[in-house]
Amino acid sequence: MNPEELKEHLLELIRLAACDLAPDVERALTQARDHEEGRARSTLDWMLKNAAEARESSTPICQDTGSLIFYVDHGRDIRPGIFMQAAREAAARATELSYLRPNAVDPITGKNSGNNVGRGSPYFHFNEVDDGKSLKVRLMLKGGGSENCGVQYTLPDASIKAGRDLSGVKRCILDAALRAQGFGCAPGVLGVGIGGDRMTSYMESKEQFFRKLDDHNPDSMLAELEDEMLKKVCELEIGPMGFGGRTTLLGVKVGIRHRLPACYFVSVSYTCWAYRRRSLEIVNGQAGYA
Amino acid sequence: MIEIKLPVSEEDIRKLKVGDEVAISGVMITARDAAHKYMVEQEAGEVKDIIKDGMLYHCGPIVKKDDQGWHFVAAGPTTSKSEEPYEAAVTARYKLRGVIGKGGMGEQTLAACREHGAVYLHAIGGLAVILARSVKRVPAVHKLEEFGVPEAMWVIEVESFPAVVTMDSHGNSLHKEVLQKSTEKAKAISETL
Repeated sequence: MNPEELKEHLLELIRLAACDLAPDVERALTQARDHEEGRARSTLDWMLKNAAEARESSTPICQDTGSLIFYVDHGRDIRPGIFMQAAREAAARATELSYLRPNAVDPITGKNSGNNVGRGSPYFHFNEVDDGKSLKVRLMLKGGGSENCGVQYTLPDASIKAGRDLSGVKRCILDAALRAQGFGCAPGVLGVGIGGDRMTSYMESKEQFFRKLDDHNPDSMLAELEDEMLKKVCELEIGPMGFGGRTTLLGVKVGIRHRLPACYFVSVSYTCWAYRRRSLEIVNGQAGYA
Repeated sequence: MIEIKLPVSEEDIRKLKVGDEVAISGVMITARDAAHKYMVEQEAGEVKDIIKDGMLYHCGPIVKKDDQGWHFVAAGPTTSKSEEPYEAAVTARYKLRGVIGKGGMGEQTLAACREHGAVYLHAIGGLAVILARSVKRVPAVHKLEEFGVPEAMWVIEVESFPAVVTMDSHGNSLHKEVLQKSTEKAKAISETL
């Protein structure tokens, strides 16, 4: 595939992610709305109306279009360097077209790069797969307000009475949801990474956001943990935007990694209700978006 | 729905209570971290007449420019708590009647609302398209070069901008209430885990 063509596909992927809320997320919001009343219901109603208008007018659902996180599964014939160049150009073009807000700020000088391209921006994760030509790109636009709600626990943690066991993990999840209140634009989704090191634990928590909301964790213990914690967190009745109500979260997704004997990390990431992720698959030159 | 026209009197603002849904019309400015720091450290002459008896909106928009000037494309609220160190001083100095944002603010701002007659209004986070459409005109922008698009002070004329009063001028805060109740529940649930 020539780089120009790839850039056009990536631009469309960015537009879709920013402007067209994925069907599983919209379904979850609709179901939540139907079970709520009062201000919680009207708040969810506004969110759904906004998602519909964003889709119709190709306008970003939220002005904070977040950080661009690309996960790329590619065959041998796709070179990461060429992909990254095309993606950077697509991000800059998407900023010009107002699909993205200029969101890359130098932390020392405070200068905004103006086009979403900067050190470490966008972020790329490459995975080479066996077959030659195929390309699968998953893109997440991870908003900053909800990013501030993320937290990494080092167990044991006496402040929340969390030991190095499943009960301790549950206490971390509950505490993270309590701390988040409505700040991450509830009802969002918690991604939880258990184990790993500091970096991979957070990574595991973030990667959960690529899962579909209505999927089922193949590990039955984790599936049970997800269901239990979603139910318990909703009992906090923080509600949409923290206004009170049953719908405090849309989902809890958990992944694990083997840990070092000395370390026990539980990382919790939060994504807002404007939960933006889309994928692009190119097979034999044919592009499909989901 | 209670209609609020800017500028607004202290008397009208004092009538508002936590939970009231309002529709705001008139001219206001956007302000986030850089603007707040500036308004506290210097005399913000370019906006002081607009925000006297007026409001600030915690927002870093997506904008577009054409022959007619600037337009707001997507403009939901940003998290307000980063402005907590500044907001009480800004409210007192510029005689604000309200700030619009998301997530609520802390004790200092709540006290300033009570003392000076102001409210905190919560817009729905992520409601970027609907809120941008309530921005009818963008008459000016200040500090665009220096602060960048998200942080600049955009002067905007809004019509029927929807928000909910979550902190009023009588010391009530919905955020405090939800935090308190959810903390108690979390304590009880935690014992069962």
